[in-house]
Amino acid sequence: MSAWIDIAALEDVPKRGARLVKTEMGCVAIFRTVEDEVFALDNACPHKNGPLSEGIVHGKAVTCPLHNWVISLETGTVQGMDEGQVAAYPARVAEGRILLDATLLSERAVA
Amino acid sequence: MTQKLIVIGAGMATGRVLEHLTDANVDIEITLINAEPRGNYNRIMLSPVLSGDKTYTEIVTHDDAWYAERNVTCRFGQKITAIDRTAKTVTTDAGDTLDYDKLLFGTGSNPFMIPLPGHDLEGVIAYRDLDDTNRMMDMTGGNKVVVIGGGLLGLEAAAGMAARGVDVSVVHIMGHLMERQLDEAAGYLLRKALVKKGITVHCQANSKEILGEDGHVKALLLDDGTELPCDLLVMAVGIRPNVKLAQDAGIAVGKGIHVDDQMLTSDADVLAVGECVEHNGAIFGLVAPLYDQAKVAAATLMNEPATFVQKELSTKLKVTGCDLFSAGDFADGEGREDIVFRDPARGVYRRLVLENNVVIGAVMYGDTADSNWFFGMIREKTDISDMRETLIFGPAYQGGSTADPLSAVAALPRDAEICGCNGICKGQIEDAITAGATDLEAVRAVTKASGSCGTCTGLVEQVLAVTLGDEFVIPAAASICGCTDMTHEDVRRMIKSQELKTMPAVWQECGWKTSCGCHVCRPALNFYLLADWPLEYRDDPQSRFINERKHANIQKDGTFSVVPRMWGGITTPDELRAIADAADKYMVPTVKVTGGQRIDLLGVKGEDLPAIWSDLNKAGMVSGHAYSKGLRTVKTCVGTDHCRFGTQDSTGLGIKLEKTLWGSWTPHKLKLAVSGCPRNCAEATCKDIGIICVDSGYQISIGGAAGMDLRETKLLTQAPTEDEAMEVIKAVTQLYRENAKYLDRIYKWMAKVGLDWITEQVEDLENRAALAARFELSQSVYRKDPWAEHVTEKAQTYQPLADLTLEAAE
Repeated sequence: MSAWIDIAALEDVPKRGARLVKTEMGCVAIFRTVEDEVFALDNACPHKNGPLSEGIVHGKAVTCPLHNWVISLETGTVQGMDEGQVAAYPARVAEGRILLDATLLSERAVA
Repeated sequence: MTQKLIVIGAGMATGRVLEHLTDANVDIEITLINAEPRGNYNRIMLSPVLSGDKTYTEIVTHDDAWYAERNVTCRFGQKITAIDRTAKTVTTDAGDTLDYDKLLFGTGSNPFMIPLPGHDLEGVIAYRDLDDTNRMMDMTGGNKVVVIGGGLLGLEAAAGMAARGVDVSVVHIMGHLMERQLDEAAGYLLRKALVKKGITVHCQANSKEILGEDGHVKALLLDDGTELPCDLLVMAVGIRPNVKLAQDAGIAVGKGIHVDDQMLTSDADVLAVGECVEHNGAIFGLVAPLYDQAKVAAATLMNEPATFVQKELSTKLKVTGCDLFSAGDFADGEGREDIVFRDPARGVYRRLVLENNVVIGAVMYGDTADSNWFFGMIREKTDISDMRETLIFGPAYQGGSTADPLSAVAALPRDAEICGCNGICKGQIEDAITAGATDLEAVRAVTKASGSCGTCTGLVEQVLAVTLGDEFVIPAAASICGCTDMTHEDVRRMIKSQELKTMPAVWQECGWKTSCGCHVCRPALNFYLLADWPLEYRDDPQSRFINERKHANIQKDGTFSVVPRMWGGITTPDELRAIADAADKYMVPTVKVTGGQRIDLLGVKGEDLPAIWSDLNKAGMVSGHAYSKGLRTVKTCVGTDHCRFGTQDSTGLGIKLEKTLWGSWTPHKLKLAVSGCPRNCAEATCKDIGIICVDSGYQISIGGAAGMDLRETKLLTQAPTEDEAMEVIKAVTQLYRENAKYLDRIYKWMAKVGLDWITEQVEDLENRAALAARFELSQSVYRKDPWAEHVTEKAQTYQPLADLTLEAAE
């Protein structure tokens, strides 16, 4: 069962940008695309733990600021020639608010 | 027994119900009550009435004769004041109480009025009915009108009045027009078309207050201080279902009046249709579902089975003569792919969104001829894997055996225009090829095709490939990135010549293949646009690399380094104390002296940045831009102040230069140095721009580097006075900003254009002054401290959005 928790207003994250949410087990990056969809990924690139929230968002992908790895916002899979995976969490927008699935975040804390 | 039906509201949906009922000749006595003092007319045709293309009588759908012939009793200009559902009566404001067996709501919607201060002034109207339209039609050539809302209705109002010669401004809160129906690129094209019609468009504009005089609207004030004078202000920002009457009567309402699949409300004797209803959570604004509802409601009233089903909707519109189409879901997504086709010359844009080989969304602008075919594919979920190469060209190019992208070009008729600038058709290019022009240059020389703006180069090459077959290999030009086939130089030329001032403009006119670029092209375009249009273009932080977005250098552990500016390498005990205090307060692990004569605080946490900047600001220090593709430092030696060899005040000139150039963005980093004598203690001869002071003045040399490549500067010119040296340096910096490729240092740019050309440009005094003036113009926007700005305006964005550590622990 999912338990959606209200994180912030959509407007608090810039279009083609990201903000951080602190969790018990580390930071989760919340991304907003130009089409106003939101996605949540662990804030650590599978390559060298680069802070993905600081990357450039394009389409539904983010480019890590450290070494330009491109990561899918939807699946957390590394695109192109590089290989890797970063955890992705359910996130959605409802009535202008960003919601995160608390269940998955706590499962992650347990894991 | 004859049933009595009372219909509330003469709109497009109820009008259709009346037609169905009276066509079927059922035994029913109908009374139509309408608050507007007139009967049914085609509300969506109000725009042509406004623009003068049609008259009101032409858009009346049901006239007096029609109602008389069909025995519909009309009570126009009357409002219902109460409904008694137990007694089954309605009471009108004329004082009559009428019986009903069935009641049909068609109360439509109310325009939403933003409760801005001044919204109740005379001259502030909505765009909803004929009365509003008449108010707008009273406006003439001398009048100014502001329209708030860049959606369909607002734009139609704007275009209609513009067609009457009225000076119209549209104010839209979102980044592009009609953002619900169109993506950014199509929104750009629409804006361009409107601007051409003389309409002023303000996007991302927040209205603050409506200003009035003697109770009448005078102007709209935006929150950036802009004042738009107007004689009439039209608010077209949205509609809300009109549920008041139903709610007062105790009928279930949510966003709209709740109806089931038979259009029955919570009272089985009361039905509702049109914009006032809510069905399965959805409300309705387009006419097609309204007509479906009308059909179902009529059937229900006649005791016939019928079910209202919501359908996949497409929007095909003509806004002010521009054809638009959108359908399905056109958001970007994982596993979703875009196919984008742009024809800059014709102003055509098409974008298909695919998922699992099925078209799930489409946006078309300029040419919507194939929209039905694409919409069919969305509805039918057609598997397009066999035709994806040519899909975007539409049905005319399908069905061939080869799925070759060239087949689309091959299929073009001989009279299809390839080069819009020179009016060259495919046939002329084919003839030139047959006559022996077998490469691009030769075709260009013979026909001029692709010789002007160059955007059709790819097409010309494809014609070559189709005509010559394997003999011609399309050369792979070094394009900016996978989003485009154009080179940096081509794009810069297009930005200047076509006056492209926004990113969507560049994407469209240069035929970008992705919807919104990538991390390679966006920073480059952002620089080109701000360098070429400093006043018009607004810097886009989201298209900048993190260092320039957060005005600090990211380190490998995700922390940042902070380098305050030390003008010309000169500091004071107070500044040093402030730096020491900041280092202590924010527990900076490493403090290092840089090669650019200043101090680097390494290992500052991202969330501490605004606080440490604020502390440094208080001590009088500003950002050192140690992170930017822009001016870094001006390194100096001590010059005549202290040195026994110094010939000029090198420190003074260095400080002046740094204070003039700081904040400017350049294609790559820009480092300067000023040495007071040829002994060159400031190492000026390995800088991008180096100045060596001599007895007779200042030797200015450029193109040095001491990085991956090691280069010694080459002499550009010599200036006899400090003022002239300053002007030369501003001019050469501007020349570099205007012409170099993004991420080329001066030495790389110099290798391409030649030192002679650069010297020629800055030694021409008129040109030098013009370049320096353009530099100063740009600096009027950018010569400011980004730290101070972020501290006051953006500090919050450096903090986490939320802290869930407590919630997660529970």
